[in-house]
Amino acid sequence: MAEQTYDKPIPIPQPESDYYWKKAQQGELWLRRCDDCEIAYFYPRDICPHCFSRNTSWVQSSGKGTLHAFAIVHRAPHPAFKADAPYVTALVELDEGVRIPTNLVEVEPEPAQIRVGMAVEAVFEQITDEITLPKFRPAKSGL
Amino acid sequence: MAKLSKTAAIVGAAESDEIGEVPGKSALQHHAEAAHNALADAGLKKSDVDGLFTTGFSTLSIGEYLGIQPRFTDCTWVGGSSFVVHVAHALAAINAGYCEVALITHGETGRSARVRGRGSGFSNPNQPQEQYETPYGIMGPPAAYAMACSRYMHQYGEERTRQGLAEIAVSTRKWAQLNPKAMMRDPMTFEDYHDSRWIAWPFHVLDCCLVTDAGGAVVVTSAERARNLKKKPVWVLGVAESHDHNMFSQMPDLTSTVSRVTGKAALQMAGVTHDDLDLAMIYDSFTYTTLVSLEGLGFCKPGEGPDFVKAQRTAPGGDFPLNTSGGGLSYTHTGMYGMFLLVEATRQLRGETGERQVPDCKIALVNGTGGQLSSTGTAILAVD
Repeated sequence: MAEQTYDKPIPIPQPESDYYWKKAQQGELWLRRCDDCEIAYFYPRDICPHCFSRNTSWVQSSGKGTLHAFAIVHRAPHPAFKADAPYVTALVELDEGVRIPTNLVEVEPEPAQIRVGMAVEAVFEQITDEITLPKFRPAKSGL
Repeated sequence: MAKLSKTAAIVGAAESDEIGEVPGKSALQHHAEAAHNALADAGLKKSDVDGLFTTGFSTLSIGEYLGIQPRFTDCTWVGGSSFVVHVAHALAAINAGYCEVALITHGETGRSARVRGRGSGFSNPNQPQEQYETPYGIMGPPAAYAMACSRYMHQYGEERTRQGLAEIAVSTRKWAQLNPKAMMRDPMTFEDYHDSRWIAWPFHVLDCCLVTDAGGAVVVTSAERARNLKKKPVWVLGVAESHDHNMFSQMPDLTSTVSRVTGKAALQMAGVTHDDLDLAMIYDSFTYTTLVSLEGLGFCKPGEGPDFVKAQRTAPGGDFPLNTSGGGLSYTHTGMYGMFLLVEATRQLRGETGERQVPDCKIALVNGTGGQLSSTGTAILAVD
C-alpha cells in the first residue's frame, strides 16, 4: 500500500468526526448514541437527530450486522475507482440498529454470491497514516 | 391550500434551441435560449418578468446573464425536482403579491462537460458524504439508486421487479420514438434490455437515464393575466413538496420516497383523484425511480409496481400514458431533469404533441424526484 499512490478520495475528519476516525484507526467502530431517547445513530453529530437532545455520547459498535442493500458497480463513477471495478457498495445495518454505507469486501462481485440479509462483520483497511476505512465482509462461519 | 388551487397557470414552456449532444453551447446559453423561447411561447417580454427561479446556478448568475432584476428571487436547490417545487413557490409568491410573472429556468451540459472536463471532482469536505460515502466509491446516482433497488428486489421479489423495470424501459422508448427531439429513438426489445451491459447491478445501462445537454424554461403567472395571453392557461391545481434525507445512506426506507406525502397532498389540494388523471409525468432518472414513485403516489400499493406496469400499459396506446416525451431514459436528461416533465405536461395539456398526443388530455400529474431519492415535488396541472 505504501509504495502505491492512493488516488481515491480520502475522508477529511471534521470536528464532530475526529473521534470516529481516530477509533477507526485503532480498528474500532464507534457510533453516537442519545442518552435520552437511547437510539444510536449515524453519521456522528452532537445533537440527536431523533429527539434533538444534546445529551449524546460515543458508544462502541460490535461491528456486526446484516447486509441491508448492495450494488455491484461495473462502471466506475470516477477514474480513481476504475481499477477496483467491479466492486461492491453496501449499506450495512449494524446490530445497534444503525445503517452505515461501506464496501463489501472479501467476496466475489457476483449477484449469486451476495444476499441482502446476510451476516457481515467489520474489517479495517488502512489507507493513509491517519485514515482507516471501516469496510465489511461476509461473517466468518460460527457467527 | 385548496384556496390557492387554480390561482396561477403555466403560460409558457420550452426547451433550448437544440438539445441532446450540443458541444458548442454553455449551460448558461441553454438557460437563456429556453427563457427566450418560453417567453415567446407565452407572448410575454423579458421586461414582464418580475420573479426569477432557478437551480444549479444561483439566480444571481441567471439574473445577471439575462439582464433581469427581479423583485422575487428563489434558487431552491433540492435536485432534479427543484423546478416542480419552483412552480409551488411561484404560486405562493404570485398570490402573496411578491411577483406577477415568474420565470423558471434550467440548463446543464452534462454530456459535453464530460469531454471538456469538470474539475478535480472531490468537493466540500464539510458535506458528510465526502467522509462516509465518496471514499467507498458511492459517488453519483447509479450506485445509490441501484442499492435502493436491491432492497426492493429483496422485499418484493427479484424476477418480478426485473420485469417491471424492463416494462418501463421498453414503453418509455416507444414514446421517444414519437418525439423528434428525443435522443434515443431506435426500437428497444425486452431482449435488448435484458442483454444490455451492467452499470451497477441491479441496473443495466437501459435502466439508467441519458446524460444530455439541454435547457428548459416555464413561465407562471396569475389567473387573471393568464386568461389574457395567447395560449390556453395550464392551471396549477395542486402542488406539494418535501424531502426526508440528503445522502443515500440516510434514506429512511429505500423502497419509499416522499412522493408518498407530496402525491396525496397535491391531489388533495387539486380536489381530484387518480381516476381523473389523463397523463403521468414521473421522474425517470432510473427505471426504479418511476416504479417506486408510482407506488408512493398511490397509483398502486407498495410492492405492486411491477404488476401495475405489466403488459406495456404505459406505452403508446396503453391505458396509462406515462412519460410521453420519452422521459429521462430516452428523450433527454441533463442531470436535473424535472423541468422537462413540466414542459411535456404543458404541451400535452395544450394538445401540441403531434403523433404522441394523449387524446383529450385534460389533467396531468407531474412528479419530480431529486438528490438520492431525497426530495419530491408533485404538481397537478389542468386545462379547462
